[in-house]
Amino acid sequence: MNSPNEKPMRVEDQAIVEKRSSLWRDAWHRLARNRLALFGAIVLALLTLASIFGPALFGQSYFAQDLPLGATPPSAQHWLGTDTLGRDLLARLLYGGRISLAVGLCATGVALTIGVLYGTVSGFLGGKVDAVMMRIVDVIFALPFTVFVILLMVLFGRRFVLLFAAIGAVQWLTMARIVRGQVLSLRRMEFIEAAEALGLSKTRIIFRHMIPNALGPIIVYATLTVPSVMLLEAFLSFLGLGVQPPMSSWGVLIKEGAETMEEFPWLLIYPGLALALTLFSLNFLGDGLRDALDPQAAKD
Amino acid sequence: MNAPNEILRVENLRTSFHTREGVVRAVDGVSFTVRPGESLGVVGESGSGKSVACYSLLRLIPEPPGRIESGCALFHGLDLLHCREDELRRIRGDRISMIFQDPMTSLNPYLRIGDQVIEPLLIHGKVRPNEAFDLGVTALREVGIQDAARRMRSYPHEFSGGMRQRVMIALALITKPDLLLADEPTTALDVTVQAQILELIGQMQKERGTAVILVTHDIGVVAAFCDRLLVMYAGRILESGPTSELFYRPKHPYNQALQRSIPALHERGSELRTIPGAPPDVTQPIRGCPFAPRCEFALEKCIASEISLQEVAPEHATACLRVQLGEIELEPALARVAAE
Repeated sequence: MNSPNEKPMRVEDQAIVEKRSSLWRDAWHRLARNRLALFGAIVLALLTLASIFGPALFGQSYFAQDLPLGATPPSAQHWLGTDTLGRDLLARLLYGGRISLAVGLCATGVALTIGVLYGTVSGFLGGKVDAVMMRIVDVIFALPFTVFVILLMVLFGRRFVLLFAAIGAVQWLTMARIVRGQVLSLRRMEFIEAAEALGLSKTRIIFRHMIPNALGPIIVYATLTVPSVMLLEAFLSFLGLGVQPPMSSWGVLIKEGAETMEEFPWLLIYPGLALALTLFSLNFLGDGLRDALDPQAAKD
Repeated sequence: MNAPNEILRVENLRTSFHTREGVVRAVDGVSFTVRPGESLGVVGESGSGKSVACYSLLRLIPEPPGRIESGCALFHGLDLLHCREDELRRIRGDRISMIFQDPMTSLNPYLRIGDQVIEPLLIHGKVRPNEAFDLGVTALREVGIQDAARRMRSYPHEFSGGMRQRVMIALALITKPDLLLADEPTTALDVTVQAQILELIGQMQKERGTAVILVTHDIGVVAAFCDRLLVMYAGRILESGPTSELFYRPKHPYNQALQRSIPALHERGSELRTIPGAPPDVTQPIRGCPFAPRCEFALEKCIASEISLQEVAPEHATACLRVQLGEIELEPALARVAAE
């Protein structure tokens, strides 16, 4: 807003700048007071840090096989045990976390962005535009996902980025529908009419008045999208589109663990725990975010 | 162009809604003018088209199904009904503001009161952001909100209905508009608060010289507040004129019947008068006078001929053919009550 040649900001101006982002600042304060949400955020941060820096500090290789050793339960040498090829599970879990968290968060972010924008525009413009946009969603929804993935592989070969493309292509659909529904109901609220009567542009109405009011369901659905994306990645890896051995991801580890759960239960339990912990944290954080962003939920 | 003593001239406004049941002619050929600083009341029962007429002026009718079929609304020489979208947007909220019926839903629950009050100033580029805050505080103080500076940081849900309507008034008047459209601003409020809100609008109007179009179904509200009145029925204006004229010298049987149906406190025990029949179905084209089927004076010619709004006394116009022809003379409802 301020051009560079203007004199330094006065205290009052700073107060205004703070006021601008008041929704987010308030939300942050409310979030910080919510213990459960804070716990979720911290666990999530720890998991992320462990996945990024853990492998380097930990020193165990995720691919070094020790075939004579085979699958062993947790021990001092291998804290979480080893898999059937004698590879250290903790190392595999940490490396897998990189993939799973990246896919989970990035693909959800992509789905969120496309879905929210698409849904808002569709619901806000309404009429024929809305009808056409929603029919496009229906058509994409109707495509069998497996066929779609195989088609992608045939056309572009095995590439890791295709993973995001494939997941993103399906996950934004539901988000767009949810957001459209919200926007449709918001559209006839009087404060939106009032905003129009005040001479606000459509873009400003959408970003300032529509989206904040639709955030609750958006956030809840986003936190639910993350786990389904992580499991989808395991399915895609199985088809050969995701991660390739010896690399691993939580989805892949869980799938392998499930195959051998009767003899070597730890191979399922620990990756399962990692995924569950992430999902719980995300849900707590999502719940907290939803409450924090709603001024009416605040306890004065 | 607008004449010097008027800020808004509406001519032959027609708005209809294209629904599955047919074309609803909500506003059917309405013409009127608004003078600077005056308060014009628009009265009529539900479905008479008074709100739709008001919304049409700022093109806030949802399209589809709504459509402004014809007419023009000249405001400072600009036709609001046919100008470009961006021209209209510069007028909305700046030169013409609007207050809505339900204060509980007309403020964004996610934004602070302060941010909403100063929004018109910011989007119309009136002031720099740092000045806007102070103006917002002043505006809130003017509408009688205690501790305005602190209240700027409150959210709508922390306010009562009456206070929210005060905020809406502050918000609507902060840019000092020439015209304020108030669509039933007191309907959703308690009776005691209603009086306060009307008084506030009246006071702000006098201070700023803002013209007000007050849309209401409450004839008691307009009697106290408005300089001039339009009586609407089935999308048309049946009578218009100065408020006292309309009350003491009614020139249309509908207006007379409307006033007779006001319950009088001093007539304890007497039966409440009503207008027999129901308003006409506006999906069918109406020939002649729309009130004729319910009118005690109606003749064959009332239905057969086209009737327009014509002045029968200075400033006082009626759409009753028989009054125009001088065939009938209506008694004021108030005198009739006294005579009985």
